[in-house]
Amino acid sequence: MTITVYFFGSLVDITSVSKKELPILMDTNSLNLHLQKEYPALVNTKYFIAVNQQMIKANRNLIHGDIVAFMPPFSGG
Amino acid sequence: MADKDRYQRQMILPSFGLAKQEKLLAANVLIVGMGGLGCPALQYLVGAGVGNIGIMDADKISLSNLHRQVLFTESEIGLLKVNQAAAKMRLLNSDVSIETYPIHIDQSNALSIIAKYDLVIDATDNFSAKYLINDACFILNKPYVFGAVSRYEGQVSVFNLTTTKGKKINYRDLFPEAPKPGEVPNCAEAGVIGVLPGIIGAIQAAEAIKIITGIGNPLNGRLYHFNLLQGQGYEIEISASEKLIDMNEQIFQEYKYNEIDDEIDVPEISVLEFNKMRLLPEVFVLDVREWHEYPQIDFSNAQIPMSELQARMFEIPEKEICIVCHQGIRSIYAAEQISKQRNLKVYSLKGGITAYFK
Repeated sequence: MTITVYFFGSLVDITSVSKKELPILMDTNSLNLHLQKEYPALVNTKYFIAVNQQMIKANRNLIHGDIVAFMPPFSGG
Repeated sequence: MADKDRYQRQMILPSFGLAKQEKLLAANVLIVGMGGLGCPALQYLVGAGVGNIGIMDADKISLSNLHRQVLFTESEIGLLKVNQAAAKMRLLNSDVSIETYPIHIDQSNALSIIAKYDLVIDATDNFSAKYLINDACFILNKPYVFGAVSRYEGQVSVFNLTTTKGKKINYRDLFPEAPKPGEVPNCAEAGVIGVLPGIIGAIQAAEAIKIITGIGNPLNGRLYHFNLLQGQGYEIEISASEKLIDMNEQIFQEYKYNEIDDEIDVPEISVLEFNKMRLLPEVFVLDVREWHEYPQIDFSNAQIPMSELQARMFEIPEKEICIVCHQGIRSIYAAEQISKQRNLKVYSLKGGITAYFK
């Protein structure tokens, strides 16, 4: 039972990986906390979370095979 | 219509034709920012025959622009971007009328200028301009095409245009508040490969043409992410917030978009002063650049990247802290935070490592 996490943009500076397979966690809140513990710099970084390409606004349960994306804002032009 | 031959190749497209071409000719589009995103967007809109285009940018052409702003030439360095762009576009297509605004967008001009156009292309390179355009378009109910790049990755979306679910999305649905200056490095600090804004700016032009003519499915309600290194796109459906943002003309005029205007009384020191100070035993030189940034330096006492500063604040010793970064912008914000939270004496190297190695 696993989930896949994608990190985009400058988040990869913090995590050093753009993709990560993890044993399944109950929901997006626990996944976020788990990753913030592993990568403390995420705490002060802006990003939104999407599950299976749908942005989430509140905690959401995770199931085997879910793809979770962490997307930061870009400002360059 | 002036000359049908000019648009023949797009008019013979299925679902295009004369009616769509006339819509383009009657359209009014404002492009804010005449840089890496704005130049290609402008060129394709002028080529396509968008009748009235406003271009807004106060900047002058510099040598470091040319790797991505390929509309400009070496002989134009030092000249205003909007003037040079407009002159070239008039040569490309005399059907198009181009209005130039050699100014930065701000609270005093945004509403009156945007009101004159049907659609805005956000081709700016900083968060304060992006939030300002977002809010102004929200107030005036104008669709706008968002674009942004970071190193090898880009984002595009269409905001303020009703989605198939009957919602209107704006940038604050994605990120309600702007990151603090320095929190997310800009192009000058993070770097960008020249062809990437070319791709993203061209997609923004395509979205504008789709919105004006009504062909295809614009990216309203979707954030399109493009990774140049992987040659991969990733699309995310955006969820509208429960309630609309609290924004009207009065709030807009009073809102603080540009935190850089805040009084930050961090003393900035010159390279000369820095070279004297850094040798003193009571001075601690802190590099706040991210790990991947070059060049490496041998005169700092520690490196704590800006993205880790809050978590590692306690590591900073009880000394006078001299902060350096790439260009001397992030270091001011780092200095401000350190001074507030640790109550230490702080200095920022003016112009950063770039000035140091000049």
